[in-house]
Amino acid sequence: METHFVRLTVNGKEYQAEVEARKLLVHFLRDDLNITSTNIGCDTSQCGACTIELDGKSSKACTMLAVQAHGRDIRTTATTDDPILNSLKQSFQADHALQCGYCTPGMVMRSRELLAQNPTPTEDEIRDALHGNICRCTGYHNIVKAVSNAAASLQKKEDAA
Amino acid sequence: MNQQSPIKSDAAAHSYIGQSVPRREDPRLLDGQGRFIDNLKLPDMAHAALLRSPYAHARIISVATKEASAVPGVIGILTGEDIKDKLGHIKPNWIAGQDIKIPPHPVLATEKVHYVGDAVAFVVAETREAAEDALQLIEVDYEILDAVIDEEAALSSPTQIHDTVENNLAGKPLMAWGDYRKAAEEANQIISLKLINNRLIPSPMEPRAILADFDPYDEKLELYLPTQVPHLHRRWLSDTLGWPEHKIRILVPDVGGGFGAKMHLYVEDILTAYAAKHFGRPVKWTEKRSESHLATHHGRAHTQYVDLAVKKNGQVLGMKVKLFANMGAYLSNMATGVPSVNCTYFATGSYAIANYFAETNLVLTNTVPVDAYRGAGRPEATYLIERAMDKVAEVLKLDPMEVRRKNIVTQFPHSFFDSGSFLQSMEKAAELIDYKGFRDLQHNYRKQGRYIGLGLINYTESCGMAPSEMLGRLGFDRGGYESAEIRVSPDGKITLFTGSTPQGHGHATSFAQILATEFELPLSDIEVKSGDTDAIPIGVGTYNSRSMPVGGTAAKICAEKVLKKAKKYAALLLKCDVDQVQYEQGKFSTLQDDTKTIPFGTVARLAAVPHQKPEGETPGLDHIYIHDPYGMSSPNGSHAVIVEVDIETGLTTILRYVAVDDAGVLINPQLAEGQIHGGVVQGIGQALFEETLYDADGQLISGSLLDYALPKSDRLPSFETAFLSTPTKTNPLGVKGIGEAGTIAAPPAIVSAVCDALKPFGIQHLDMPLTPPRIWAAIQHARQTEGATT
Repeated sequence: METHFVRLTVNGKEYQAEVEARKLLVHFLRDDLNITSTNIGCDTSQCGACTIELDGKSSKACTMLAVQAHGRDIRTTATTDDPILNSLKQSFQADHALQCGYCTPGMVMRSRELLAQNPTPTEDEIRDALHGNICRCTGYHNIVKAVSNAAASLQKKEDAA
Repeated sequence: MNQQSPIKSDAAAHSYIGQSVPRREDPRLLDGQGRFIDNLKLPDMAHAALLRSPYAHARIISVATKEASAVPGVIGILTGEDIKDKLGHIKPNWIAGQDIKIPPHPVLATEKVHYVGDAVAFVVAETREAAEDALQLIEVDYEILDAVIDEEAALSSPTQIHDTVENNLAGKPLMAWGDYRKAAEEANQIISLKLINNRLIPSPMEPRAILADFDPYDEKLELYLPTQVPHLHRRWLSDTLGWPEHKIRILVPDVGGGFGAKMHLYVEDILTAYAAKHFGRPVKWTEKRSESHLATHHGRAHTQYVDLAVKKNGQVLGMKVKLFANMGAYLSNMATGVPSVNCTYFATGSYAIANYFAETNLVLTNTVPVDAYRGAGRPEATYLIERAMDKVAEVLKLDPMEVRRKNIVTQFPHSFFDSGSFLQSMEKAAELIDYKGFRDLQHNYRKQGRYIGLGLINYTESCGMAPSEMLGRLGFDRGGYESAEIRVSPDGKITLFTGSTPQGHGHATSFAQILATEFELPLSDIEVKSGDTDAIPIGVGTYNSRSMPVGGTAAKICAEKVLKKAKKYAALLLKCDVDQVQYEQGKFSTLQDDTKTIPFGTVARLAAVPHQKPEGETPGLDHIYIHDPYGMSSPNGSHAVIVEVDIETGLTTILRYVAVDDAGVLINPQLAEGQIHGGVVQGIGQALFEETLYDADGQLISGSLLDYALPKSDRLPSFETAFLSTPTKTNPLGVKGIGEAGTIAAPPAIVSAVCDALKPFGIQHLDMPLTPPRIWAAIQHARQTEGATT
């Protein structure tokens, strides 16, 4: 099987590897780079558990090949220095927005993009933004609440600054 | 102690019971550092993939693996012929009846395959990709046979699925009390209905993943398994593999949801373990989502016939139920008990129905095996009785709530319900949803051409099946107990080892709350461990909403026993009789003088370094306690829903969802509420979205998440929840189960509301899921045949 050279950045760290052309980005991250802060929940791009941020936009890492990520900048929920992510993580815990935690990395990354684009989303806007991320434990109620509270707390910080 | 004592009230304020403590599980999971099995790697690990039957029913003529074996990276391939003399069969754990016929279920098929997804060959290779490549090259010759899918049709089908099970009927357990025939004679009317309880695909977000490592020197298997019941799994693995139990260690790291589906014995559990030993390599198998639809056991799948013997005033004198429960191709773990016990025991729901007869037909079909899925029989029961109550109201032209009020259980204990607030919860739900004001609201909507409807239902269940003797009588080959082991370090810090095994429940937090309360120590002094059969000597596991009532109680009683022993050591340090020792806020003192105190840690240290020892006592404070409850507890509640149906498209929108639940004492209300939210949405999934479709040949049409609609955020509301509290006396915590409540309650509530909205069209009932096409077609049909009043 032919391989290709891929170099990319994940959470600020550069990686390079030879990759089979057919390998999905999510398998490359998890199997080859041991970056398991994105999960696999389906095989049809429905569930969103593998959502990462690719050059600032949320993407499902199962919908692209590793070779397509050459030269790109990837962020996962393992990022610890992002104020929006940190605020989301605080709210997710405070509002009990995760149970098994399997969808959580994807849920958090999709929410991060939403808040980066729309700092004051309504409940409907949050529900709409998360419709590509499936959670089987929480019934979404507390996720919606957590995203809303994270937005409010970021606003408060911004107002104070 | 005087209850008015300021010290005591201060101590009570430090109780963690009833506090919404944030979960200690969360930071790791939020950072994406969860220890899910597919995240784990072992040195020299190989990968496995399973070849599944593409046919629902076929004879295997030959299996050729030569070409597949030549794929670079393939280590080996196992077929049914390779293993048939080396491994036992997959056997059910619950045989709920005297004459249950158990069809053979080999780990890999040899002569025939019985459903699309049935296991045929297991490939082990250096990489996932090589294993998948090899699957494509295994050549299997099949002689295709006719398949039978429907549970009623199967009984009279010429297709015989298993030679040993005549008419595809694995058994027909009966259940009865009172005298239904007499009730039917005394009744004014018999009201009948037929219900389909739709087949569901459990779909935890984490598909199953298994990692096996076999140490040839110790001859010991270490198996990372996403199981709700590690100790039961160890026993079943031992039975099937023929390896002794003490040479099997089951490890359960983070599990991404279970909902019952991760408590059955699967062929992959056996194959992965066997392959690790056979090929001398650690082996990992990870299920793909579409594979999960074909391989992880389904839930529900009933056809139900109900007769109610009623009086004119709506009182139900008797009920007769005939169930056709689809078992799928084999009898899975709990499959026979779920309909014949869990459903038929609870089919009278929250109501006092004195005369009852139920017959359960356990029917084999060429489909994925059906087993316990969140609620396990109680959703099927509650849907049955609540749809029946609506039908009684409809036929007798009574208010649905009035019919329920007339029949609801108000005296406790009642039959197998220890306690409850059945009527109170219904009144509370009615108040919160404004039941009285709703008809005006509905009228006003209708004037605008909008169709809203209200459903209000009651549910109950019993949690923590007990006592163990009863499980024996029911043919359920397990105990009703749970274990707790408390280990006290010499510094006084505490580790609880519990047989309860979470899949997202938050046990590390809630069990710590129980112990921190008992020991009156900070939460940070308590560690909770679960999911390791070498660390936890005995256990049952997490299902049947039993973790708090059984496992939590085991932890509480174990803590009491540790403290009792600690008091003996404390008496040595306080130089007093043990009955003079008191313990408050983590400190021992004497009844006479509470100014001189000795911290728990000091006593723990003395017990660990026992230079003084109470007479007849052993060193250390560690203790194992196995709680074998004498009875169950019965949570209950009432859920009320308002929906709007768009009659042009058939689309249902939930406008309000009110959940009133009574699970007795709540250890952590926020986690309890989370269980309600999540459970309700799984129930809404059954009612509105989830449709498991087979075609006539037995192909699973809803074979991926593209074709099987799980509930998503944009089609759901936020929920209004309220809790009543009727503590149970069947355990000292007063707790009842909560995990399954929402899934049990939501389907009848939603269907009732939709049917109420559709009443102007003469539509009394529609089978789930109430998808837009189904509703739209019903409206069109009603308009054409009966002429609507619109």
